Amino acid sequence: MKNKNLYNYILGIADNSLILGQRLGELCGHGPNLETDIALTNISLDLLGQTRNYYQYIARLHDKEKTEDDIAFLRSEREYINVLLVEQPNTHFGFVMARQFFYDVFHLMLMEKLQESKDETLSAIAKKAIKEVSYHFRFSSDWVKRLGDGTKESHYKMQEAVDELWRFTDEFFYLTEADKAMIEAGIGVDVSNFKEAYYIKVSEILTEATLSIPESKYFQKGGKQGIHSEHMGFILTELQYMQRTYPNMKW
Amino acid sequence: MKKNWPLWEVFVRSKNGLEHRHFGSLHASDEKMALENARDVYTRRNEGVSIWVVKSIHITATNPKNNGELFEPAKDKVYRHPTFYKLPDELKHM
Repeated sequence: MKNKNLYNYILGIADNSLILGQRLGELCGHGPNLETDIALTNISLDLLGQTRNYYQYIARLHDKEKTEDDIAFLRSEREYINVLLVEQPNTHFGFVMARQFFYDVFHLMLMEKLQESKDETLSAIAKKAIKEVSYHFRFSSDWVKRLGDGTKESHYKMQEAVDELWRFTDEFFYLTEADKAMIEAGIGVDVSNFKEAYYIKVSEILTEATLSIPESKYFQKGGKQGIHSEHMGFILTELQYMQRTYPNMKW
Repeated sequence: MKKNWPLWEVFVRSKNGLEHRHFGSLHASDEKMALENARDVYTRRNEGVSIWVVKSIHITATNPKNNGELFEPAKDKVYRHPTFYKLPDELKHM
């Protein structure tokens, strides 16, 4: 492949949205009520739509003939490079919202900067995605505030989720070789530039939600290098089932 | 959910220049959530440019039991429709 770094850079962004989209999709028909169920499924579909744009683009960078479906469905676990956060389970609604919130703050900041990419396709995808992502952020941060500043039980559960998922937030800012090369080329976003802004934003909203900001300095990473948590295999089994069982099937 | 959130009626303006029309109802705990839910439930296929929500309890409705006295007297009064004018031939599509 000529442009392996570009390929891997985009794959990293896309895999986050794919796996989170799949996680949210699991909730289709299982949301706490009809309205929230539809909202979560909408977000899932937004993310999968964005993922398609990225995969279609990088499928063209491949030497062999590849389609977006090959990239989405026919890789082994170690070849997915999403962050660990997005593969964490839907333990309860507080977890779903905390995971979404941590991701949305990052995703929004990333899309804002990606619009300025020298790569025209990436810049166009970011411009299109930003409106969707702004809404995701609005939705998840609202829920974090509602639950955090809600009843005693909702506060407890929200805090539990925030504490549990906090250790996965630092991985967003870990730079792979591909990330570094693409930053160098003016195509990728140097996410370390907004790490401080990220934690300020997150802390602001947690404070507004009357939640305490975790103090733990222990962070977990590995997903960006293909080393996933035990949940990943189960996600892929479900995600890949159709393509593995009926190879080359199309809608 | 032990207790349901209050019910809201949703009105959507589908295009600039058109009036808001009743689209349906939904549950939400407050105005803000009602608007967001309405956005997700009723405008996800590009149906609207503006949304109104109002708590269903604020709507006062006629009682179907009184339909006879309210609406039936109008039925045999066709002359209340402006259908008895002779229209000039140049006027089309009326």
